[in-house]
Amino acid sequence: MSVAFCGLELAHRVINGSGTFDVIAARKAFGPALEAEFPFAAYVSKTITREPRAGNAPPRLWETPAGLINSIGLPNKGLEAYLAEDLPRLAGLRTRAPCSGGADVAGAAAAAERTWPAPLITNVMGSTAEEFATLVEACARHEEIAALELNVSCPNVRTGLDIGADPRQLERVVAHLRPRTRKPLIVKLTPNTADVAACAEAAQAGGADAVSLINTLRAMALARPAAGCRGSAWLGGGTGGLSGPAVRAVALAQVAAVAGRVTIPVIGMGGVQSAAHAREMIDAGAALVAVGTATFRDPVAAAQIAHGLAE
Amino acid sequence: MSEAPFSRRLLTVTGMEELGAYRVLRVVDAGTPEPDPGQFAMLAAAERWGGGEDERPYLPRAFSIARRDGDESHFLLEDVGPGTRRLCELRSGEQVWALGPLGRGFAPPTEGRRPILAGGGAGIAPLAILQDALGAKASALLGFRDRDRAAGASLLRDARVATDDGSVGHRGPLTDLLAADLERDAHALVYACGPAPMLEAVRAMCASLAVPAQLALEAPMACGFGACFGCAVARRGGGYLRVCVEGPVIDADELDHVDPHAGAPA
Repeated sequence: MSVAFCGLELAHRVINGSGTFDVIAARKAFGPALEAEFPFAAYVSKTITREPRAGNAPPRLWETPAGLINSIGLPNKGLEAYLAEDLPRLAGLRTRAPCSGGADVAGAAAAAERTWPAPLITNVMGSTAEEFATLVEACARHEEIAALELNVSCPNVRTGLDIGADPRQLERVVAHLRPRTRKPLIVKLTPNTADVAACAEAAQAGGADAVSLINTLRAMALARPAAGCRGSAWLGGGTGGLSGPAVRAVALAQVAAVAGRVTIPVIGMGGVQSAAHAREMIDAGAALVAVGTATFRDPVAAAQIAHGLAE
Repeated sequence: MSEAPFSRRLLTVTGMEELGAYRVLRVVDAGTPEPDPGQFAMLAAAERWGGGEDERPYLPRAFSIARRDGDESHFLLEDVGPGTRRLCELRSGEQVWALGPLGRGFAPPTEGRRPILAGGGAGIAPLAILQDALGAKASALLGFRDRDRAAGASLLRDARVATDDGSVGHRGPLTDLLAADLERDAHALVYACGPAPMLEAVRAMCASLAVPAQLALEAPMACGFGACFGCAVARRGGGYLRVCVEGPVIDADELDHVDPHAGAPA
């Protein structure tokens, strides 16, 4: 029983959020078990930009009540090195279908033995429509990449406004990219906007095949000040993005609002760490569920969630 | 490098020993790969992980594996925040989640160099398992804030101790002991772990004397396996290293300085 999503056939409904799992590093840490027990039905890369980025100065993390603020700054080796060095190492991943607890034990065991491709979704970010176009056109030429996710949580260099926070700008950018690839385009929506459903509608109008949300909520932590001083920003990047169980209720509301306004599929994420949480996202209208921060606590959290959903 | 099982696992606590200001947590961990000295594990209490000070902890905490004794792994804990506090409360029979062994450990000495173990505070932990592997030939030099913490020195054998307040051993920084040891014989390799200012002092001293050093670093870390990119430290020549996968043991040559922000969510 596979799941259809934008023309892809997936083993189950659980994928990773961009930037929350590094296959290449995990292969070093866990060895061959990483491939044998790959937890995600599709693998979303971390954000790739046209030029290499070192990322933000540390400190980059702050633990909050039931959550995490990160200010990582999208470190990546840039488009050219990603395609040349990383793509071969991210292609060909496979995952197992979760076994259901049905009466047909033999059938369930056979299904569990069967593996499915875990297609590669490459997440890209540009600060202008032209930069995005370079990224999308380059990725379009590589058959290892099954779909593209657009990270539109980047400030427009001219207006300072996040591209994805302004529906008119977002529609223009997506429409500019649409003719440049036949691969599915997924728009990763930012929650830091007045009307996320309007942004989702704009993405759809521009030609997106799906939307994913929520990205992290903009957040801040202050360092404990010395006596008599004011606290100042703890994170090297000043502000960061909040994720984890702390944001789940907000994510659920935004996923429901978006799913009520668009006809394209929705990937729901934000604080999911159990099958019950994933079921709520699906009930709110999500076709797929992404797991991020929960993976930090257990690298196979997503597989356990997928298994729980199948029962 | 030993690879970790690809899932966190529930381990049973077999002991919690008081060592002055520190605790030694012992857990049964059978059937998993032997860790290399310097590798670490991510730990979280199975019950009541959360709801402490500031409604934390949420993430697991990274600890060097301090010792392996048969099927047991030992960890050195100091209560410095809601996560370490909860772990210090654990009693025999209770359970912890563990992921590991993770990261790149210490490399063996080369060119006939004499190993020196230089540890500060709770950072002495990975030097204990390293001493077990190297045997008697390594000098152990340990620095602590005060008498209560200096009790931790019993984790290693035959250690020379310095304390900030002079209550035990030499009064002054650990680097006083290291300077004297290197003056005697600089054909050495320094293995160091401890608070960032101490590591920076060790790094600078070794650099000035052209003595190679391997530094076991600490950094705020959410996952321990390269996923979160949170544990970045600046690398010489630009860019960053991830402490969890490129480290935690880093050749001192790879750093211009030890980041003063290094320090984990406790």
